[in-house]
Amino acid sequence: MWIYEKKLEYPVRVSGPNPRLAKIIIEQYGGSDGEAAAANRYLTQRYAMPTGMAKGVLTDIGTEELAHWEIVATLFYKLMKGVSPAQIKAAGLEAYYANHGKDVFLENAAGVPFTAAYFAAKGDPVANLVEDMAAEQKARATYENLLNLSDDPCVNDTLRFLREREVVHFQRFGEVLDNVQTWMNSKKCF
Amino acid sequence: MNRKISHQAKLLKEIMSYEFTAVDLNLFLDTHPGDMRALAEYNQTVCQLKKLKHAYEQCYGPLANFGNSPSQHPWRWIDEPWPWQIEF
Repeated sequence: MWIYEKKLEYPVRVSGPNPRLAKIIIEQYGGSDGEAAAANRYLTQRYAMPTGMAKGVLTDIGTEELAHWEIVATLFYKLMKGVSPAQIKAAGLEAYYANHGKDVFLENAAGVPFTAAYFAAKGDPVANLVEDMAAEQKARATYENLLNLSDDPCVNDTLRFLREREVVHFQRFGEVLDNVQTWMNSKKCF
Repeated sequence: MNRKISHQAKLLKEIMSYEFTAVDLNLFLDTHPGDMRALAEYNQTVCQLKKLKHAYEQCYGPLANFGNSPSQHPWRWIDEPWPWQIEF
């Protein structure tokens, strides 16, 4: 069961309309290392995890990623607010606009639609957790790429928050990997 | 209208900061379940958060759906602004 809270996890501010920035921010909405891929990766992998800790962390981080997905959507929504068709053309966003208008859609910055192939579920807790740790690093790197490209200090504040969370999640997944490996070693009897 | 929004945003930001503390301590406790200091801090944050949310909901309606917050009449869950519309 999930409960919706009518609030963001972190405030979203933008300095003004900015379709060029919206165009690249969408990477973290529907891209391979974006928040939708992260949430679905963890919430899919949690069922067959061997320990309570692994199930708990995947549930909690998966849920937090849904809140980040909402933050990224809010960034896009606010950056597109009040943008004119001429500004959309100037930003090279007309192909996106022709299909989706100003809705937030699950695709990456290059227009490739979201796919479940972005995440794996191998039925092997070590393989899954190592994938999760890599996913957090790839998301951190994507936020750093976005920070390098962004020209809006308000947006940067939110992007820095999201980048920081990837670092914390990486740390927690590392601890879960230790926990699962200890559990696996304790199962061996000779 | 603007004044009202900014008071709402101010209360929300306070709730956000306490709830973020709770989120981060929750994840920490998941992998450090024996840490008494983190647990005490978590439980204190829960108390603080309850008070702040109650005060907010008196002014601006339910913060959570599906039975987790009561509502005044008429049903206030559908009141705008929704989270993505709020100016901080």
